[in-house]
Amino acid sequence: MTQWEIVVGLEVHAQLSTQTKIFSGASTAFGADPNTQACAVDLALPGVLPVLNRGAVERAIRLGLAIGAPINRRSVFARKNYFYPDLPKGYQISQMDEPIVQGGSLLISTASGEKLIRITRAHLEEDAGKSLHGEAPGLTGIDLNRAGVPLLEIVSEPDLRSAAEAVAYARTLHNLVMWLDICDGNMQEGSFRCDANVSVRPVGSTTLGTRCEIKNLNSFRFLERAIDYEARRQIELLEEGNRIRQETRLYDADKDETRTMRSKEDAFDYRYFPDPDLLPVVISDAWIARTEADMPELPWRLRARLVAQYGLSDYDAGILTSVRVMAEYFEQMVLASGGAAKQCANWMTGELLAALNRNELAFSANPISAGQLGLLILRVQDGTVSGKLGKTVFEALWQGEGSVDEIIAARGLRQVSDSGAISAMIAEVLAKFPAQVAEYRAGKEKMLGFLVGQVMKASQGKANPQQLNEMLIEQLGRPSHPD
Amino acid sequence: MSLNLQDVQRVAKLARIAVSDDEAQAYQQQINGIFALVTAMQAVDTEGVAPMAHAQDVHQRLREDLVTEYNRRTVFQALAPQAAEGLYFVPQVID
Amino acid sequence: MINYGLSRLSSMLASRQISSVELTQLFLERIQRYNPSTNAFITLNEAASLEAAAQADMRLADGNAAPLTGIPIAHKDIFCTEGWRTTCGSKMLENFIAPYDAHIITQCKQAGMVNLGKTNMDEFAMGSSNETSYFGAVSNPWDLAAVPGGSSGGSAAAVAARLAPVATGSDTGGSIRQPAALTGITGLKPTYGVVSRYGMIAFASSLDQAGPMAKSAEDCALLMNVLAGFDARDSTSLERQTEDYTRLLDQPLAGLKIGLPREFFAAGLSDEVARSVEAALDEYRKLGAQTVEISLPNSSLSIPVYYVLAPAEASTNLSRFDGVRYGYRAPNYDDLDDMYEKTRAQGFGAEVKRRIMIGTYVLSHGYYDAYYLQAQKIRRLIAQDFTQAFTQCDVIMGPTTPDTAFNRGEKTDDPVAMYLSDIYTIAVNLAGLPGMSIPCGLDHRNRPTGLQLIGNYFSEAHLLGIAHQFQQATDWHERMPDAFRG
Repeated sequence: MTQWEIVVGLEVHAQLSTQTKIFSGASTAFGADPNTQACAVDLALPGVLPVLNRGAVERAIRLGLAIGAPINRRSVFARKNYFYPDLPKGYQISQMDEPIVQGGSLLISTASGEKLIRITRAHLEEDAGKSLHGEAPGLTGIDLNRAGVPLLEIVSEPDLRSAAEAVAYARTLHNLVMWLDICDGNMQEGSFRCDANVSVRPVGSTTLGTRCEIKNLNSFRFLERAIDYEARRQIELLEEGNRIRQETRLYDADKDETRTMRSKEDAFDYRYFPDPDLLPVVISDAWIARTEADMPELPWRLRARLVAQYGLSDYDAGILTSVRVMAEYFEQMVLASGGAAKQCANWMTGELLAALNRNELAFSANPISAGQLGLLILRVQDGTVSGKLGKTVFEALWQGEGSVDEIIAARGLRQVSDSGAISAMIAEVLAKFPAQVAEYRAGKEKMLGFLVGQVMKASQGKANPQQLNEMLIEQLGRPSHPD
Repeated sequence: MSLNLQDVQRVAKLARIAVSDDEAQAYQQQINGIFALVTAMQAVDTEGVAPMAHAQDVHQRLREDLVTEYNRRTVFQALAPQAAEGLYFVPQVID
Repeated sequence: MINYGLSRLSSMLASRQISSVELTQLFLERIQRYNPSTNAFITLNEAASLEAAAQADMRLADGNAAPLTGIPIAHKDIFCTEGWRTTCGSKMLENFIAPYDAHIITQCKQAGMVNLGKTNMDEFAMGSSNETSYFGAVSNPWDLAAVPGGSSGGSAAAVAARLAPVATGSDTGGSIRQPAALTGITGLKPTYGVVSRYGMIAFASSLDQAGPMAKSAEDCALLMNVLAGFDARDSTSLERQTEDYTRLLDQPLAGLKIGLPREFFAAGLSDEVARSVEAALDEYRKLGAQTVEISLPNSSLSIPVYYVLAPAEASTNLSRFDGVRYGYRAPNYDDLDDMYEKTRAQGFGAEVKRRIMIGTYVLSHGYYDAYYLQAQKIRRLIAQDFTQAFTQCDVIMGPTTPDTAFNRGEKTDDPVAMYLSDIYTIAVNLAGLPGMSIPCGLDHRNRPTGLQLIGNYFSEAHLLGIAHQFQQATDWHERMPDAFRG
């Protein structure tokens, strides 16, 4: 029986996080009343003209630099012609022959290790409006607020070999566009949408099979399921001796299947040609250099640095670089903690993430500042509070009870390191539990734990544990006579 | 190069213009007349000539990313053949 | 007074010899009287015109008037004018009240000019006779049986019949110069990019350019001072220093080198036009200019190139007319595609549909390289011809049109014959150069002839001066059709 290989290429539409549309000064804010953010240009009133938004170009350059792609010094906008009610001009302004970014690659982590996925191109284009069904019987409502919102379409080579790899690639790219601050990454609002080109071929074959394009995959889960379904469908067809028809398909999440998109059934003839209303976009070396200087440290470089500089595990470094604010938080926290990097990483990936998860908060909604959490680590490190009471301080910080030092003072959590005080408490406990003391002295060493617990209890948890341990052993070790 | 009737119908479909068979024939004749004019182009040697898309050799000016437009929905939708509750309406679209 | 130039009217307004309201009333009355025979105007709004005139009068009284404050102007109905119906000569926009002003409308308003009305034009500026207008053909004031040319035929007829002192037009392949020639007025198509296209309903974006139509070169210069200038809303608008287009009007012509392209004086040119152009060139020689023969070897290809590029751009520029957001929608349809197809079949006239289909075809898969790309390459060869020519001369002259005005209906069944009437004007648009037409004679039927002047990029002021010197020495531009004297 034939073994099949799945071949996937992704086209990702990342909505760029500009204030205004790509060719007009209308706002791109999400969720406004229908058509209140559709200006004359977005509505394609007679006589209006497009003017390109610098912010959109700037964001495309950032992506290009991040994926190591050449930035085309001259790129051209073209008209892609087709009639659709959410496309006011009857053409979409896009880039065809001369896109702004050509080439580049992205390293992804897969089950079998790291894999370099080649990127074909990334081009700027405008989004279409939205069709709303069911507003009135037999009619479709059109909201053009989204018309003209800038998109960066990022097209990969067909280098992905499974749904899981496709998801890994999409997640890496999703992380990257947010890292670069060029897209808010909000998939529910459609800010990051995937189309998947899926084909299958017998293992060992080097030619590509006929592909189907699956549109509109707005979550990683749907992406994975749609590719799995589509690959299965194609394999079944081929095994039954049928042929695959190249077509555009739509993923139906409710039925978990893909189906032919009827509106795309006609063979399209987009009649691309350079838009005469727009001139070639020229990007100077100086602009690229300026953008490069302004780029954040890229996530994979930062991850490697966290391992090298702080001695973190690659796993922890991976978690800390999954979101840019998290990585920045970590480094600020390390500074405040006096360089206790490993402890900081443990606290962040432990206490902090657990609390955020428990409260269903995004990292950016974290109520504790990096400076305060770092200071808490420092207070644990320098013995001001015990590790255990540190967690109490953390809870109080989370509740907004004040700064670390205020909480320690207000709650009286300062660790007792005064040897006189500890010695007195030890004497009290030894007097209270003579039998256990005798057992210990007779060689039953596990009694030590019990006695440590009792002293700690007497100190209300505040005794410096190391000091307590040492002093208790010392006092127990002395011969003891009841007289 | 001349267009046959199917070409005319295909082009009319692409351009979303309803054309009757009689009209198609008239268009076919007229368009072919114009194409007869256009064929003079085909003989010209343009090897190595860069296509000229714009009259001036200038490049795109960029707009700052600042909101300059405000909501004028009421004015704009007064122009629409069919609009209500802020939406434009068209016959049902089937994906 | 109807024959007065703008500077004279302007000083009368400034000295309060006449008010803008009176001047506006004078022209509105003439329009009432003569529009039925010329059909030069599609839309009038007398109340709005008089209101604007009253405001101009206040500005004149306040002493903060600009040079053309209070002067009435007729606007081609291709320019969106807020609160005014703007039809572009099409049923598609029969009831379209523009919600915004085109850049040049704003410029005219800010200058205090008074909008007299919107002038008739070929539908979407596609035509050379004004017969494709949904609102009916325009008559040539010199002979009501003749066409005024197109597509700015309404503006040309309005100025020729003295229904407006000055007008705006737009020129994609000759639409200012050809009707100017056919109606005996002066028109200028500026360098592409000098006048903003914002709000001018697009025909062929890379060729369209607005410009003035007036009785004289001096008036064109005065209006250019209002129309020209950078506009950030048009990506193709050029950022240049403001210039005074009247500054070279009085420059003598001694030593001027006039290039005469031999291709413009070859077969196809009527004897009468040739004779009056020759006479005009003699006048220029008298004024101290020299003439040299030059060649524009690729100019014969301008018609084929134009009839690929212009329809291609137009076919997609006109896709927005789909019956969804504004404009005409067919009353009955079965589904979405049927709605599109019927709306566009009913809303567009035959010439527009023909050009949309040609454009759609040449851009479609498999034909792009052979037609569109090839046309763009030849466009460059045509532009290079001019660059070469301007190394040998300062200005190029020749006939504006091969013949004088033809009769209505004479060429309507033969698009190719109609297209050939733009044979001398189209190359100028393809190159993006400035071009003018000035009246230079009358044929045996008393129909005007036009002399075309083509300058190098940004030489408008110079061209206007060259035209003005001719008009100082001759009176062709002062002639007007007898039937409209009253």
